[in-house]
Parts: sequence; structure tokens; C-alpha cells
Amino acid sequence: MTAKKINKGFLEFVYDFYKGIRTHEITLAYEGEMNHKLMKVFTDIALGRMSEEEEKRQVQKRVYHVMIECLQNISKHAFHTNEETHSDLNHGILIISKNPHNYLITTGNIVEIDRTEYLNDLLEKVNSLNKAELDELYKSQLKEGRLSEKGGAGLGFIDIKRKTRQNLEFHFLPVSKSHSFFLFTSCIIRN
Amino acid sequence: MNALYMEGTDDSPKIILDRDKPLFEISGKSLPEDVSSFFTPVLEWIENYQKDPLPETKLDIRLSYFNTASSKLLLDIFMLLEEIKEDGNQVEINWYYPHYDEEMKEAGIEYSEMVELTFNIIL
Repeated sequence: MTAKKINKGFLEFVYDFYKGIRTHEITLAYEGEMNHKLMKVFTDIALGRMSEEEEKRQVQKRVYHVMIECLQNISKHAFHTNEETHSDLNHGILIISKNPHNYLITTGNIVEIDRTEYLNDLLEKVNSLNKAELDELYKSQLKEGRLSEKGGAGLGFIDIKRKTRQNLEFHFLPVSKSHSFFLFTSCIIRN
Repeated sequence: MNALYMEGTDDSPKIILDRDKPLFEISGKSLPEDVSSFFTPVLEWIENYQKDPLPETKLDIRLSYFNTASSKLLLDIFMLLEEIKEDGNQVEINWYYPHYDEEMKEAGIEYSEMVELTFNIIL
């Protein structure tokens, strides 16, 4: 007789997970460490599929660009952690979903509570600007902004909205007194 | 001065900076893990070139992709070239873009508005 290694709760979780993936039309889901090498793996997978499906090249490039900017954010900024938050260094999730009209690229990672206000203000500002204003902000940030220690130029979110032409969707979910979970979704229109 | 040749990879551009030929080119994809250290030798080479530039410099940019961190370093390159132009030399950028990529064309136009250099935007 073999010992049962999985219990009923786990089986149900797997089936619910499968159903959830189908319902939300998820084509790629990952949770774990994010680094430069993995970023290239995921962008290769996404590009490979889009090219097989003969997706428009400009759409492919937008998806690629959003993935790069979001995943570099995680590998550079996702907070390094401790027991309290139960997460690890440069840890995050990536979910790509696709329907006939658009691609949704969602990332999530733990951020320090002190950073939420900065992110919130920046993202609200980006969302409030029209195309011409965004272009101006991009140019002034490009000219005056300095590369941070981690190599970010503070341009990623601005450029994602410029390229996707859609408002950025974001939420901060409370994790603990010192940390929150930052959820960020970009939408790339297929037509 | 010595030429600078860097092989392109799947995340970093091919660089050719050769005063003798003369040939100046940046091509491929640019999203290196550490963008500052990748571009350091490029900026250093141009700073050196600035001391004794050719009367005419044409830089070919044939990038299929660059991330926002790289866009900052590209501007740094253009700003150095702008100084060379201000010193009385002729400097032009040939900015190539693929037919399906209007955004790459717009990026070239945008740079041309940010520095005092002639940009030839070429399909």
C-alpha cells in the first residue's frame, strides 16, 4: 500500500487553480524570484507564442517592452524581506492574460510602506496626463533625471502609459505595518 | 586612437566606434542588466574622441529595441556628440527604424528635439 502524499484540500486547490487559469484566460503565471536571466526566459516565451500566433509586430513589441520594464522593476526594487512578510529578495508574481481584445500584464511584489506613497503619487500623476503632457514629462525626466543606484531612470511607468496608451491600473494591499503588496496591470490593445 | 568594438548579445547592442575607418555604429537590442557599466566604455571612448574628433562624424543607430534605462544612456551619448558639434565639427545621427515600428521612428524624432544635432530618420 502506498502512502497518500496529497490530501483532498490540495487536489481541490489544483483543480480550482486550473479553473481559475482558464476563467481569467491566463497564458503565463509565475511566482518566485525575479532576475535578469528569468526575465529573458519569460519574454522569450511570450514572444515565441505571439509570433506563432502571428500577433501584430507592434503589439508584440509593446508586450515585450511592458514585460521588461515591469520585471526589471521587480528584480531591482522588490523589497528584500524578512520573517514578517514571508517573502524573499526580488520576489514577485507575473501573470499574463489574453483575450481577443487585449493582453493584460500583471505583476505583484512586496514594497516598503514608505515607498507606496511615492509610487501612488507617481502613478496617479502619470494617469492624469494626456499624450502631449506625458511626452513632456518623459523628456524632462530623461534630461534631468539621474540613473538611480540600481540603474532605474524613473521612466518605466511613464513610458508604459505612452506606449500602451491606456491608464495604468494599480493597487496596494496591506501586508503588515511596514509592507504592502503592489499590484500593477498594463493593458495592451490588440487591434 | 584605438577602436572600440563590442559584440552584440541578446540583451546588449553591438558597438563599433572606429575613428580610422571611420565607422560609428550602435545596433541590435539594448536592455543590459547593468546599463551604466555596459555604457561606461562607450561614453569614455567618446570623451576621448572629443579631444581630437574628425571634422565630420556620422553615427548610425540601428536599434530594434531599447529599454527606458538605455534611453537615458543614449541621450548621454548624444549630449557628448552635441559638445563635439559645438566645438565646430559636423555631427549627424542616422536613426534607422524598421517598417513596422512607428514608435522607434518617434523615439528618433524625440531625441532630435532634445539635442542640437541633425537626425536623419531613415526607414
